[in-house]
Amino acid sequence: MNKIKFLFTGIVFGVVLTKAEVVSWYRIYEMFRFESFHMYGVIGSAVVLGIFCIQAIKRFKLKDFSGRPIVIPPKQRKFWPPLLGGTIFGLGWALIGACPGPIYIIMGNGFLVFIVVFLSALLGTFLYGLVMNKLPQK
Amino acid sequence: MDFITQPWPWYVGGPLITLVMITMFFFGKTFGISSTLKTICTIGGAGKVSDFFRFDWQSAVWNLFFVVGCIIGGFIAANYLSPDHAVALNPKTVESLQSLGIQNPGAEYLPEAIFNWDNLLTSQGIIFMILGGVLVGFGTRYADGCTSGHAITGLSNLQWPSLIAVIGFFIGGLVMTHLILPHIL
Repeated sequence: MNKIKFLFTGIVFGVVLTKAEVVSWYRIYEMFRFESFHMYGVIGSAVVLGIFCIQAIKRFKLKDFSGRPIVIPPKQRKFWPPLLGGTIFGLGWALIGACPGPIYIIMGNGFLVFIVVFLSALLGTFLYGLVMNKLPQK
Repeated sequence: MDFITQPWPWYVGGPLITLVMITMFFFGKTFGISSTLKTICTIGGAGKVSDFFRFDWQSAVWNLFFVVGCIIGGFIAANYLSPDHAVALNPKTVESLQSLGIQNPGAEYLPEAIFNWDNLLTSQGIIFMILGGVLVGFGTRYADGCTSGHAITGLSNLQWPSLIAVIGFFIGGLVMTHLILPHIL
């Protein structure tokens, strides 16, 4: 099974986000009150290092492990979907104190009531699929 | 071992997140988690009611392996690598939460007085757990990505839509935290 490597990468991600307290509802609350540098440090250092790594990948035309050039598919150039969708997501992020990755990780942490949050997030994605044609899509 | 079992500082956590993103590139994939919610909807038959869910879900199964790994990693970290689950919050944050009636802020990863099974059928529980989850699932799909796809991968790749999305994340989060949470906590 060549997909096992994704399972192991996911395990590393789950450990990192738990140990760095990114999965903590309190850390998200603190972040939105600008009362701690912690979350800004986590996201900021990940992005700054990520910019250097991606520039290096492009500059040196690096290939992935199977020999294909690494291509990072760009997100579509739109305005209202990222702004409105992002705002809706932000409202939910501050309520549950978790974005999608942490929803999975928190279930693993043992807070099984997050199964309900997970099912609700599935419902939200499903509802988007029902009404997407009625929303601004440019 | 102390270094492992204590909470990891931002300058350890952030670069390790970058490492995960880069590892996925070398596996020929792009790091992004919220799309797994769409994949699960598709597997559950959502394509019967919306074209949005009609895609070859088998091409996305690799990401389901990733999120199952997330659950396992969360289990390992909480049970074997973290003797103490307390979160060292800013005293101002603790004070504001106490004034809103939260007992022992930071004693656990999250306020268990809100996130528990008994609270599920109260209006508070429905708002926090069910409405909160729906907003996250709806918003990420409309925005075409979440914190991993937009804030980490998208900003690292200097993409405008991701910057707009992250501004949106903060508009929503700030409105909720400052204008709404004080009334519903």
